[in-house]
Amino acid sequence: MQKSPFVLILSFSVGSRRFYAAAFVFMLLSVYLGFLLPQAVGFAVDSVIGGRAPESSFMPAIIKFMPSVGEGDIRVLSRAGIFTVLMAALGGVCSFLWHRSVAVGSEKMVKSLRDALYSHIQYLPYEWHSGVQTGDIIQRCTSDVSIVSLFVATQITEIVRSVALVVFAYAMLLPLNAPMTAISFAFLPVILFYSLIFLRKASERFLAADEAEGKLLSIAQENFTGVRVVRAFGRERFELDKFSAQNSYFADLWMRLGELLSTYWGFGDLLVGLQTVTLCVAGAWQASLGEMTVGEFMIFLSYNGMIIWPIRGLGRVLSDASKAGVSLKRLREILDAPLETDIYIDNDNDNSGAKDAAAPLRGDIVFDHVSFAYEDTPVLKDISFTVKEGTTVGILGHAGSGKSTIAQLICRLYDLEEGCGVINVGGADIRNLSRSRLRRNIGIVMQEPFLYSRTIRENISSLREAPLERIKEAASLAKADEAIESFAEGYETVVGERGVTLSGGQKQRVAIARAVLNRPPIMIFDDSLSAVDSETDARIREGIAALMGSSTIIIIAHRITSVSRADYIIVMEQGRIAEAGSVRELLERGGIYKRIYDLQGSDEDEEVSGNGI
Amino acid sequence: MGYDDEPSGSIGAWRGMIPFFRPFKALLLGISAMMIVCSLVDALVPIYQKYIIDSFIVPGRADGLRTAAVCGVIMISVRMIGTMFFTRLAIKVEMGFSRDLKRACFSRLQTLSLSYYNTTSVGYIISRVMSDTDKIGLMLAWGLVDILWGVSGVIFSVAAMLLLDASLGMWLVATVIPMAFVTGWFQSRILRHNRAARQLNSQITGAFNEGILGARTSKTLVIEDVNISEFSSLTGGMYKESVRAASLSAAYSPIMMMFGSLAVAMIIVRGGAEVMGRAMEIGVLSALVSYSINIFEPIQHLAAIFSEITATQANIERVTALLGERPEITDSPEITAKYGDTFNPKREGWEPIKGNIAFDDVTFKYPDGTEYVLEHFNLTIPAGSCVAIVGETGAGKSTLVNLACRFYEPTSGRILIDGRDIRERSQLWLRSNIGYMLQSPHLFSGSIRDNISYGKLGASDDEIMAAARLVSADEVIEKLPGGLASEVGEGGDKLSTGEKQLICFARAVISDPRIFILDEATSSIDTEAELAIQRAISKSLEGRTSFLIAHRLSTVKKADLILAVRDGKIIERGTHAELIKQKGYYAKLYHTQFEDGEKV
Repeated sequence: MQKSPFVLILSFSVGSRRFYAAAFVFMLLSVYLGFLLPQAVGFAVDSVIGGRAPESSFMPAIIKFMPSVGEGDIRVLSRAGIFTVLMAALGGVCSFLWHRSVAVGSEKMVKSLRDALYSHIQYLPYEWHSGVQTGDIIQRCTSDVSIVSLFVATQITEIVRSVALVVFAYAMLLPLNAPMTAISFAFLPVILFYSLIFLRKASERFLAADEAEGKLLSIAQENFTGVRVVRAFGRERFELDKFSAQNSYFADLWMRLGELLSTYWGFGDLLVGLQTVTLCVAGAWQASLGEMTVGEFMIFLSYNGMIIWPIRGLGRVLSDASKAGVSLKRLREILDAPLETDIYIDNDNDNSGAKDAAAPLRGDIVFDHVSFAYEDTPVLKDISFTVKEGTTVGILGHAGSGKSTIAQLICRLYDLEEGCGVINVGGADIRNLSRSRLRRNIGIVMQEPFLYSRTIRENISSLREAPLERIKEAASLAKADEAIESFAEGYETVVGERGVTLSGGQKQRVAIARAVLNRPPIMIFDDSLSAVDSETDARIREGIAALMGSSTIIIIAHRITSVSRADYIIVMEQGRIAEAGSVRELLERGGIYKRIYDLQGSDEDEEVSGNGI
Repeated sequence: MGYDDEPSGSIGAWRGMIPFFRPFKALLLGISAMMIVCSLVDALVPIYQKYIIDSFIVPGRADGLRTAAVCGVIMISVRMIGTMFFTRLAIKVEMGFSRDLKRACFSRLQTLSLSYYNTTSVGYIISRVMSDTDKIGLMLAWGLVDILWGVSGVIFSVAAMLLLDASLGMWLVATVIPMAFVTGWFQSRILRHNRAARQLNSQITGAFNEGILGARTSKTLVIEDVNISEFSSLTGGMYKESVRAASLSAAYSPIMMMFGSLAVAMIIVRGGAEVMGRAMEIGVLSALVSYSINIFEPIQHLAAIFSEITATQANIERVTALLGERPEITDSPEITAKYGDTFNPKREGWEPIKGNIAFDDVTFKYPDGTEYVLEHFNLTIPAGSCVAIVGETGAGKSTLVNLACRFYEPTSGRILIDGRDIRERSQLWLRSNIGYMLQSPHLFSGSIRDNISYGKLGASDDEIMAAARLVSADEVIEKLPGGLASEVGEGGDKLSTGEKQLICFARAVISDPRIFILDEATSSIDTEAELAIQRAISKSLEGRTSFLIAHRLSTVKKADLILAVRDGKIIERGTHAELIKQKGYYAKLYHTQFEDGEKV
């Protein structure tokens, strides 16, 4: 299906169409009225001063109805003068309404485009988000949207206006003098194609200059982010030379491009000037044949001046408008990606026993012969286990053993394929629970937690309302309270891009506080403690221990101490459960767990007995 | 975001730009001359049309047209040449000026102390170096073009109108005054709304950024709806501001055109009467109409350019501030004379280093800190020994290293290398002798070869591979399809963290430093890879003075001296055996996290 990318605009134009319709009507009126002004001058010159009316049929008729002052010829002149002012006023009102309608229409369209992109992205599946280059998507949502917005705000109307100008002008000029009209018109395609061809030729060099600038930017960026490396190796000179070379290269590219551009502009001026001079000479020739009056000549010159600049700019507008096609295509790729299903509504076709959507789910989890593959790479192979409500399970394994996938499947961030097993939470097949309900019942801390560029309080409360008491309680459980209170603004400290940069460990602790805030029936810690040192790790585990018993807890880790207090441990290897059991059972068994235990070194027994578990 | 603060209004900042103007004096003069020529030609066009009307159209004559055509062609040729030159020169000035500013900023940034980087975000610095300098260059070149074209356009038009018909001309010129007022009123408001829209636009960019980067987290928190409604209120604000700015612009042009049409009406009535009374030629009337309609353009240009100058003020202030920053740590003139400066080292005068380090009665607090983290601290590290620094994350383990590298200077006391105060040698001398491996591995885009040879410029492939082998990075390199020539991507993102770390390690080793610093260098590698690196570390540290900063303690045990740091202060020091015996903080740290496998 090869639809034009511009079809996308139509789907966002629903609320804007009437504004565009109004805009086009007012534009045509304003263009038409604009052409009457030179007619008034021509009329005045010919009818009064030259003693002969121009062959324009409607002009004198309208002018007769104009109010006037004075006597005789002055009376006629004053009519023309008043006509001029009235037409300008009317034309001005039309022009205002035209531009304002376009602004309203186009801004509405851009708003709905932005909103649609944003909300579509929010509801795109986890898989999509894991697969895309975020930089590229951000680029599309910003640069491509602004290219499209320029297109709908100015380029569409500019193209229509140019056509209207040409049609109106030549329709009015042709009856006046055909040879002169032909001469003036002959220049238009030359001027238009000259700029189109040039811009196409120059586009490669613009691209090269953009690339050079991108490289310069990345040299600067890497220098500033790696300033410690630069200093540690004493490479300031080397860096300055590298930057200077690229800097000069970039400036030179532009200077050479400037030479090209200046030639283009210069010849553009020449073409436009030639057209005017030719018209002047041709006008004199026609006048000598008695085919042209002074007034008509003046009308020709004015009309020509009115259309020539828009036509000269049209080449640029058309070449920019073709960029909008590319941008729209890139945006459509995002908007065409299929959304997550079952976001808010449960599939009520089974006897899940949890019909009341607001009630918390029970925390028991069952994996029943679950297999899962990313694209074609199998990640989980026939996994079965049961987690009883209120118990703590540790999942150990190397990177790539499939342990994080288990967490993502429980949250329905990925869905199981038909016939690849079943996951039950609280007694219900999770495919029958809406994603929002399921996720509200699970607090998960991801490997690399993301904090919003907001206050710490808003981060812990997940941007929703929550009493400060509870937020503080959650922070202290996650051992994040000390760090937070050390900031001058405490819980109101803004973090991230626009605020304080937190260390990896601090981020993780805030994320843990966020996950435990509502005491969800299920909590999952996906390698959440790797960025903190062992002492803090131990303290957070103490905090988590306080939640044990009331919530089901899954701890995913590669450090053995992190799971030491679990009731049950699953060791994953290459997508399968290699062994499972309590710490004691696994140690006695002398398998993988025992090997990791020896490698990482752990005084498990001491710790277990020390905490009385 | 939020980097575009308002200008303070002082013009002192402009003075900082003067030295950068000098190389462009001739070009700027050239632009000025060209602009005046161009606007003179533009002002001559209505006169030319008057000449055609009065000499040919009115009498209905065609002889002598050849001369008229030639005159016309000469005129437009001059205009073409003028355009070609002023655009070429303006782009030269624009690019040249911003190139020089960029270089000056970058060069200044290479000398600023690390504390500057700790308190200033990279985004902020980037936007100073890259976009502020661009805007200044643009403003300088094209602002001059617009001002000259506008001013001379107004002057020539006014002069022509007065010369053509003094009394009518006076009336026409009078319309310029209300035009100027209306322009001022509108432009300032349009500018304000545009600025507000720009700010909202950057907030929208930020929201997209966060909405996309945080989408997966938003899913798990089920807050998609909150995000969407907040985003929608941002775009709603954007809609309002944009429509307001556009409506103002939409009203501005017609109002200006009204003044033009009033002038035209005046010409029709008064000029028409004069023509009938043979007091004026028709051509004059035509020329007056052209002038009074066209004068609106240079006025609008001038208004736009003046509001841009005000906006550029802020860019200039920020760049001047950056260029005015001074490094906190500098080498004295005598030392620079002997050892050379940052960019021009005199390596022939550099003494070799043995690697003895001594902290002599050092007291220190961080520039932005309130508490002293070291007080009268003494420590002697003989060449070739290994010092380990352990403690919690954020406890201040890097302080000693920061001082030894002279990233910071002690508040009082001295740091001696081979018995001499480090301030008696240049910073570059010091750092050239220190190999530093950071917690987060940082690579530059380029090939593996480029990155490893960063430690020793111009190193041969054999040297590079030897260094790689020493730290077991050779396996990583051989696994890559392009070998040493493989590109690592921006910030090294084509490699895993562990691989990056190994490449960084090779880079540090190849510089063959006498002093080696490993700052939590193995924290992000899994246990098995860590064992390989640890073997590499102990091999490569032989014979060098080394600092080992770690929160995992496996390598630390063999160190000659262990310092335990807590809350920024050194609370214990001794060998592993001594500290375990002490049963203090170190012993506790050691026990909570670690005991050797063989002990079990």
